[in-house]
Amino acid sequence: MQKFDAFTGNLAVATAMKQINPDVCAAYPITPSTEIMMIFADFVSNGEVNTELVTVESEHSAMSACIGASLAGGRVMTATSSAGLAYMWELLSVASGLRCPIVMTCVNRALSAPLNIHCDHSDAMGARDTGWIQIFSENAQEAYDNVIQAIRIAEHKDVKLPVMVCVDGFIISHSYEKMQYMEDKEVRDFVGEFKPYKSLLNVEKPETFGAMVLPNYYMEFKRQVREGMERARQVILEVGEEFSQRFGRYYSNFENYMLDDADFVFVVMNSAAGTVKHVVKNLREKGIKAGVLKPRVFRPFPFKEIADTLKNSKIICVLDRAETFGAEGGPLYLEIKSALQTIESNPTVINRIFGLGQRDFLPYHVENVFKEMRNYLDSGNIKMFDYVNLRD
Amino acid sequence: MEGKLVLNFKELAERYEKEKEMFTRGHRLCAGCGAPIALRHMFMAAYPDNVVVSNATGCVEVSTTLYPYTSWRVPYIHTAFENAAATISGVEAMYKSLKRQGKINKDIKFIAVGGDGGTYDIGFQALSGAMERRHNILFVCYNNEAYMNTGIQRSSATPFGASTTTAPAGKKVPGKLQHRKDLTAIIAEHKPDYVAQASINNPRDFMTKVRKALDKNGPSFINVLAPCPRGWQHPSELTVEMAQIAVDACIWPLYEVDEGYHWKVNYIPKEKRPVKDWLEKQGRFKHLFSPKYEGLIEEIQKYVDREWEILLKKAEVFA
Ligand SMILES: Cc1ncc(C[n+]2csc(CCOP(=O)(O)OP(=O)(O)O)c2C)c(N)n1
Ligand code: SF4
Ligand SMILES: [Mg+2]
Repeated sequence: MQKFDAFTGNLAVATAMKQINPDVCAAYPITPSTEIMMIFADFVSNGEVNTELVTVESEHSAMSACIGASLAGGRVMTATSSAGLAYMWELLSVASGLRCPIVMTCVNRALSAPLNIHCDHSDAMGARDTGWIQIFSENAQEAYDNVIQAIRIAEHKDVKLPVMVCVDGFIISHSYEKMQYMEDKEVRDFVGEFKPYKSLLNVEKPETFGAMVLPNYYMEFKRQVREGMERARQVILEVGEEFSQRFGRYYSNFENYMLDDADFVFVVMNSAAGTVKHVVKNLREKGIKAGVLKPRVFRPFPFKEIADTLKNSKIICVLDRAETFGAEGGPLYLEIKSALQTIESNPTVINRIFGLGQRDFLPYHVENVFKEMRNYLDSGNIKMFDYVNLRD
Repeated sequence: MEGKLVLNFKELAERYEKEKEMFTRGHRLCAGCGAPIALRHMFMAAYPDNVVVSNATGCVEVSTTLYPYTSWRVPYIHTAFENAAATISGVEAMYKSLKRQGKINKDIKFIAVGGDGGTYDIGFQALSGAMERRHNILFVCYNNEAYMNTGIQRSSATPFGASTTTAPAGKKVPGKLQHRKDLTAIIAEHKPDYVAQASINNPRDFMTKVRKALDKNGPSFINVLAPCPRGWQHPSELTVEMAQIAVDACIWPLYEVDEGYHWKVNYIPKEKRPVKDWLEKQGRFKHLFSPKYEGLIEEIQKYVDREWEILLKKAEVFA
């Protein structure tokens, strides 16, 4: 039986973690994710979970402890943001390379300098090629649902890779919204028991983890990570399917909002998708064929399905909440452009960077971009790259 | 307590030989390397406990785990250079969790192994954190007094006057200009259950210390001097002797700090050897004997004497 209540994004994630009841968690404070581990520490102190909470002295040690714990044969979770994720970076590829099914929530926050504690996706995007599955969440509900599904995806025998669930800092992490949640038992039934396939605690059959591998074998290990990532495509869909059957909320690789006949398409991830959907709905009411594609899974990137969905659109605006200095455009833009290379048709794709350090992104900003897009269809002129809501 | 901990060295070695080596031959550490001597003795003392090892990047790690081979007959994990203590913290936390939940019932000991770089310098924070959190782990630093794996760079464990590749002796600079960090004392001030300084020339002492550490139910730390013929530039057959002279000259005193407060010097040489005996046998100190750098050896002697006096005093006051 599901119930409704008011949750912030952080409370939603902490609640999912309580219901999952991981064996070990590592905690290190950083705004805006701190609160997740604070709420979770209460669960530990009140005996509501079996978790051993390791209150490490840094994020580097947080991820190191998570890897050690994971390979010791149990379920492991943590959360971080921004500089914390950057500080972990060295260990991110160790976690994937050693095939640790760790689930970590990344409450997205800008990177320094200048120091800014507010939302953007630079942290997660900096980790996009580390072998972690990355799932983005528009709101508290999706954060809650994604964290629960992430356990099943990470631990699936065909995958065995860590999963990062991304949630927008402050916009979602600290805002209350109405959310539907399951009973503890329902969640525990869904995630099931952790089944270690190897364990450091198996002293009868000792194994060496993290060996030194020379050029003669190294590439095969990396190919295995790619294969796990490729198999995750199917697993993510299956887990999403089972989740929707059990709990009534549907999850796929990306959300298709009024896309079917859309000429004007916005591609955007996480909380800003709500704003864009609102504008698109208004445009549709005026008879304008607009739509939104909201990628949920950024790694593995569903490039084929996305290209197939976008093939009949006339102009696509990819909205990036992160910079890739020196590249043609933002990270999401580059993915979309490259996805479109796999099909015949060739819609125009423009890139707009918005909301860095949580700069306001309001409906009229979307409307302004839309005007540019409509003008392009008449004039053929448009800026391929630009910022949204930026001083001159 | 004390009686139980004194090991019958011979019996232990025989028993261990008969069963199996936890750290096997065939590794690629240099001939005369001090580190594997320490490791074998560590395992002899750990026997017959179940042990899981976390190892920092360094000479030991790269030379013993060359895929698809391994020298480790115990579960072993290497994740990075600076985090052996954090990694083993996680392993131990999972063990505690699974034990509390009744999912595992064996008894297992957890040991982290790091070089001086992975312990004194880049691994310092993780080590300090693990000690403070009081994980039930033993951290063993095999101290060869420099970053050897990357080609003999100075670390904070490198002694004053040693020539290394990042603090080379030259026309103006006599090698490293700073004395080493007193890490053993710094860790002792974390008040873990047990802290000791040991040396490969005295296996009985080292093994007793490993046993003591493993019999505790909390954090412990052992800093074992493990000379490196490549970095120290001494003939490989003199490795044990180098360790011996360091101990006899009180450059590397053997001592322990039990339960956070009880300081005890385990070995007081009948006749303290001059530091010169140690310096002159190693190429890394060769320049100290040239007229240009006259007086530095006396300075080192003074420093060593003072440190030794302080240690004896500590042991007297905090027995
Ligand atoms: C983060 C990071 N920085 C630097 C290195 C390069 N590195 C590998 S081993 C090593 C030296 C290890 O020195 P030490 O811990 O004293 O062990 P030893 O090689 O002397 O046995 C260094 C600098 C690394 N692997 N990781
Ligand atoms: S360089 Fe030194 S520490 Fe490294 S293997 Fe050789 S002797 Fe041992
Ligand atoms: Mg060293």
